[in-house]
Amino acid sequence: MSSSPTLASRLKGRSELGVALLLGAAGVMVFLDANGLATPYSKSDPVGPRTVPFIVAGLLVVCAVLLAVNVLRGGKGEAEGGEDVDLAHPADWKTVLPLVGAFIANILLIDWAGWVISGTVLFWGSVWALGGRHYVRDGLISLALSILTFYGFFLGLGIALPAGLLEGIL
Amino acid sequence: MDVFSSLMDGFATALTPMNFLYAVIGVVLGTAVGVLPGLGPAMTVALLLPVTYALEPTSAFIMFAGIYYGGMYGGSTTSILLNTPGESSSVVTAIEGNKMAKAGRAAQALATAAIGSFVAGTIGTTLLAVCAPIVVQFAVSLGSPSYFAIMVLALLAVTAVLGSSRLRGFAALGLGLAIGLVGMDSVTGQQRLTFGMPLLADGLDIVVVAVAIFAVGEALWVAAHLRRTPLHVIPVGRPWMGKQDWKRSWKPWLRGTAFGFPFGALPAGGAEIPTFLSYVTEKRLSKHPEEFGHGAIEGVAGPEAANNAAAAGTLTPMLALGLPTNATAAVMLAAFTSYGIQPGPQLFASQGPLVWALIASLFIGNLLLLIINLPLAPLWAKLLQLPRPYLYAGILFFATLGAYSVNLQAFDLVILLVLGALGFMMRRFGLPVLPLILGVILGPRLEGQLRKTLQLSAGNPAGLWSEPIAVGIYVIVAVILLWPLLMRLWRKARPGRRPLLPANSGAADYSD
Repeated sequence: MSSSPTLASRLKGRSELGVALLLGAAGVMVFLDANGLATPYSKSDPVGPRTVPFIVAGLLVVCAVLLAVNVLRGGKGEAEGGEDVDLAHPADWKTVLPLVGAFIANILLIDWAGWVISGTVLFWGSVWALGGRHYVRDGLISLALSILTFYGFFLGLGIALPAGLLEGIL
Repeated sequence: MDVFSSLMDGFATALTPMNFLYAVIGVVLGTAVGVLPGLGPAMTVALLLPVTYALEPTSAFIMFAGIYYGGMYGGSTTSILLNTPGESSSVVTAIEGNKMAKAGRAAQALATAAIGSFVAGTIGTTLLAVCAPIVVQFAVSLGSPSYFAIMVLALLAVTAVLGSSRLRGFAALGLGLAIGLVGMDSVTGQQRLTFGMPLLADGLDIVVVAVAIFAVGEALWVAAHLRRTPLHVIPVGRPWMGKQDWKRSWKPWLRGTAFGFPFGALPAGGAEIPTFLSYVTEKRLSKHPEEFGHGAIEGVAGPEAANNAAAAGTLTPMLALGLPTNATAAVMLAAFTSYGIQPGPQLFASQGPLVWALIASLFIGNLLLLIINLPLAPLWAKLLQLPRPYLYAGILFFATLGAYSVNLQAFDLVILLVLGALGFMMRRFGLPVLPLILGVILGPRLEGQLRKTLQLSAGNPAGLWSEPIAVGIYVIVAVILLWPLLMRLWRKARPGRRPLLPANSGAADYSD
């Protein structure tokens, strides 16, 4: 990207422009998708399937532009607080990324290895990512939760979560 | 059928052992999630939706009602014992409540909050039982144009009135409406925004969307900013009040209720404005104005009552019109749909027993909440000591489980993660969550009413304002949209107005 120093300095610390970009992209996507729809003329449906998507696309694009202007003028969205949220320190990616990793591991494992294994990995991995260091105790809790929910769903609700590798044992 | 006999039938249904058990489960769960940080009633109802498919709808809704009211009670405990309110509706409670707790009067603060919530909840539920049928009588005469207008009003009002930035509210609304578009168009059968993926043809499951935005987004967001030094929880004994406390509390309870219910019942009410109004009123009327800012009991009693009365008020448009105005009501509305129950004014006619059992269970839940909150408050406060790694790992664990169990597809978990990342981004950049959820839930119904309206008028846009009610509502919509402009003109005409917020309002307390 070729950006003059002034532009670069203006962009610095304005990560919120990414939100405007996302809104704009979503708007264009909704517009293009709606544009590709067929609109057979019909008396029973004069509005057709495209009108509302067009309105939504318009809303998104307008918001994107206004937000970009707002951010460039120094506007800032207020980050959400909460009981356990400490906004004084910057985002801690060393916690978030392993957490997302545990989540993805579960997605990859759930159909093949089954819920008991993937759920254990998910809970244990999440606890570890969030700073739990009682490896054995955390592992036992993870396993117990997964097994309990597996049988709870099966016996209590009639929902059969995948047994995966442990098919026949459970 | 008249209200009283219907309500008695409702009590008969709600008091069967099974349903009573679900009411107990609901209020216990509700209080727990209200106390626990990071969890809220909307998310809990969303998580429980797939689990309750096996239940009778009546039992499920009795449990949801308990969670809804329980969350309000639990939220006040947190804001009194920690100085960081979890929900925007308990920000005001924290101002005086936490000061009282620090001065050693936590027991009285919790007591006036719990008893005030009970009084307000009972009066509010009575008003709901009386008002909802009247609203229904009025609403059955409305046609599609009016419904379309009412839904537009609700969406715009929630977006424009609540939250600190209207622009960011509308951005969130746009994203929600776009998510609501995904799937097969109900009239022409064409697929919209599915990108050729057959798994998207049925649209995004509302459970997956709600769980992703509320639970996954929240867990990731908190993980990124997890407080490393544990919060100081003020120890508390059993809540009780002295004679003086009762004397100073009962009027604020009633005034708070009077503020809360109508605001909750309005399409854009919410609980923030009435709690704030109640606080300001109590401060003005108090015989001890010097105590405000140092732990005045009126400043807890009034806003807490307003908060709970607003919760009851919110159910009026939800049950009578099918119009949710807060996150929990929105998810409950989605629950109606997933049980195959059509929300709207026909609800009272077609599902009378269910609706009255739900209202009766609100009375029962309120009483149960008073019973479990007064003596057990120290126990609930212990929940705040739950190690955070377990809490947030648990949220992710149950979010995954809930979203997966809807369709048993790993694909839903991918959507859960993607929308969870969206929820994270929204929290980071101050995009409010409520307009998105309402957009997802109301968007498709809004489009349905629009198409019905223009079908009736044979494509003539004048059909949109063919009913007088619709015209009136569009006037209100215009006022809401032009409000900032009107305010600016007003300020110009009368310069030097005092700022509305008190200097030590809870907004500043977020960061410490």
